[in-house]
Amino acid sequence: MSINQPNAPFVGTIEKSPKISLIGTLAMLVEAPGDFDLVQQGRIWALADAVSSWPNVQEAVIGVTNVMLVFEQPPADIGMLSASIVELWHRVPSRKADGKLIEIPVVYGGELGFDLPAVASRAGLSERAVIRIHSEGEYTVCAVASSPGFGYLHGLDPRIYMPRKSVPSLNMRAGSVTIGGMQTGVAVLTSPNGWNAIGWASVAMFDPQREQPSLMLPGDRVRFRIDRIEL
Amino acid sequence: MIEILTSPAFNTIQDLGRRGARRFGVSTSGAMDPVALAAGNALLGNDDNAAGIEIQTFPFRLRFQTDVAFALTGADHDATLAGSAVRPWWCMQAKAGDVLAVTAPRRGARVYATFGGGIDVPRVLGSRSTHLRGGFGGLEGRTLQAGDVVPIGRSPLRSDGRFDFGVAPPDVAITGAAPADDRVLRIRVMRAGEYDLFSEAMQAAFWSTTWKISARSDRGGYRLTGGKLTLDAPVEMRSHGVVAGVVQVPPGGEPIIQMSDANTAGGYPKMAAVIEADLWRLGQAAPGSFIAFSEVSYQDAVAAMDPVNDYLAKLRATADLYRAL
Repeated sequence: MSINQPNAPFVGTIEKSPKISLIGTLAMLVEAPGDFDLVQQGRIWALADAVSSWPNVQEAVIGVTNVMLVFEQPPADIGMLSASIVELWHRVPSRKADGKLIEIPVVYGGELGFDLPAVASRAGLSERAVIRIHSEGEYTVCAVASSPGFGYLHGLDPRIYMPRKSVPSLNMRAGSVTIGGMQTGVAVLTSPNGWNAIGWASVAMFDPQREQPSLMLPGDRVRFRIDRIEL
Repeated sequence: MIEILTSPAFNTIQDLGRRGARRFGVSTSGAMDPVALAAGNALLGNDDNAAGIEIQTFPFRLRFQTDVAFALTGADHDATLAGSAVRPWWCMQAKAGDVLAVTAPRRGARVYATFGGGIDVPRVLGSRSTHLRGGFGGLEGRTLQAGDVVPIGRSPLRSDGRFDFGVAPPDVAITGAAPADDRVLRIRVMRAGEYDLFSEAMQAAFWSTTWKISARSDRGGYRLTGGKLTLDAPVEMRSHGVVAGVVQVPPGGEPIIQMSDANTAGGYPKMAAVIEADLWRLGQAAPGSFIAFSEVSYQDAVAAMDPVNDYLAKLRATADLYRAL
C-alpha cells in the first residue's frame, strides 16, 4: 500500500505533522502544517539540510513552507521514508535566517521602474515614501525557485503590497526590482513578467558557470539600498 | 564537426537533463523522449547521457564536416544521407561532406540525431542540455540555426567498426507500449496531492475524458482541452517544487502537464503525475493528438520501468555484440 492511494494511511493527517504526498515515483512533497511564518520556513530549511545527505536523495527543493525531495531511484519503502521524515520534522530545530546579508543598490523609479507611480497611487503614498519603505525593509530569502536564481523574498511592508498584473509586461528587464502581491524580488531574466517594477539593480543574480550559481540562497537576508532616485 | 544547413525553429542540443539544480530555480531541460536519446547513444556505443540534437521542426538538414557515425531515433520519420534513404532507429557511418536530411514524422513529434562521441559542447551545471529561458547550455543557450557548426566528441569506438544496423523502436518492442487505439494514447498516472479535493464527479471526468493536447503546448508543458475540472471551493496553494509529468489544474479547469522545460515551481492543485515509464511516450505526443489517463499504484509504476530498462539494456548488448562480429 502506498500514499496517494485510497485506504492508505495518510501520514500527513496526524495533527501538526507535515502533509506528505508523492509526485510520481521520483518526487515527494513535504508541506508544513499551519500558516506561513518564518519559524515554519526555518524548520523546512533545517529539514532540507538534513535530508539532502540521505542516501537516494538527489536534491531537496525548498518552496514556501514546503520541500520537495527528488530521488535517484523510486524509494523501496514509502511508508518507512514518510515516517522518518515526520519523525525528523518533530525533532529538528528551526533554522534561523542565518545566511549572508546581500545588499542590493537600486535605481528607484525612472524608465525601468515604470510601475512606481501605480504602486504609490494604490498605497496612497508619495513615490518617495514607497521608496523609503521598500529600502528600509529587511527581507528574508524563503526559497529560490521559478527562474534560475530567483529568490522569494519575505518581509515586504503591507503598506506597499501591490497585486500582480493580469496582463504581464512584455520583456521586463533582468535586474528589475519588483513587487508582486505581498512579495518583492529581483527579476533574473528579461522576459514577460506580471510583477510591478519599481526600480532596477545591476546585480548578477545568477551565473551558471559557477558551482554555486545563485547569489541568493534560502536563509539569506536582503537589503535594498537607494543608489539613485529618478522621478 | 557538423554544420547545420536547415533548422526551422526550436531544435536544440539535449542530453538526459540537468540534475540537482532545481534548488537554484533551474529546470532540468533534457530530451522529451529520453528513451529515444539513450537508444541512439547505445547504438553508437556512447554513454546514455551523451548529447544529441532534438529535432521537433522539419525539414532539418546538416552536413558532416568529418567522418562521423550517427543514429536517428524517436518519431517515425523519413531521412536521407547523401540522397540515399536512412531508416529510423538505425545507425550509419557518414563521410565528410555527406548531407543528412530529416523530414516531418508520420507519427510522433521528435526525432533524435545522435553522433558517435556525442555533441561536445561544454557542460553547464553538469549538463549539455539547452536551457532556453536561462540562455545557457547547448550551443550558446539557444536553438540551432543554419550556419551553426557543432563540435562532435571522440567516439569510444574504432572508426573502422561496423555500423549500418538498427533496432525495433520501444513502442513496438515493449509489449503493451503500443497504443491499442491508434488515435488515443493511454498514459498511466498516479494520484497526486490534491486529487481528493476534487469531487467524485470531477475525478470521474478526469479518468473518462479523452483529452486533446492543445496547440499551446511545447517543451515547457502540455495544455489539455476537452473538459474542465473545477473545485467546489478554491484552494490556496503555496509555491512548491514540481517535476516533469505532474498534472496541475489551474483555476480555469483545463489541466496542464509539466514537461522538460517546466518551471521548477508550481502552485496549482495537483491531480496526478505521469509515471516515468510513460513520460517518454508523452514526449512523442504532438499538439492536436489525444490522450487518456489510467491509474496505477506506486508499485505498478515502479515495475513499469522494468521493460523500459530491459529494452535499453538489450539494445546496448545487441549493438555491442553486432559491432564486435
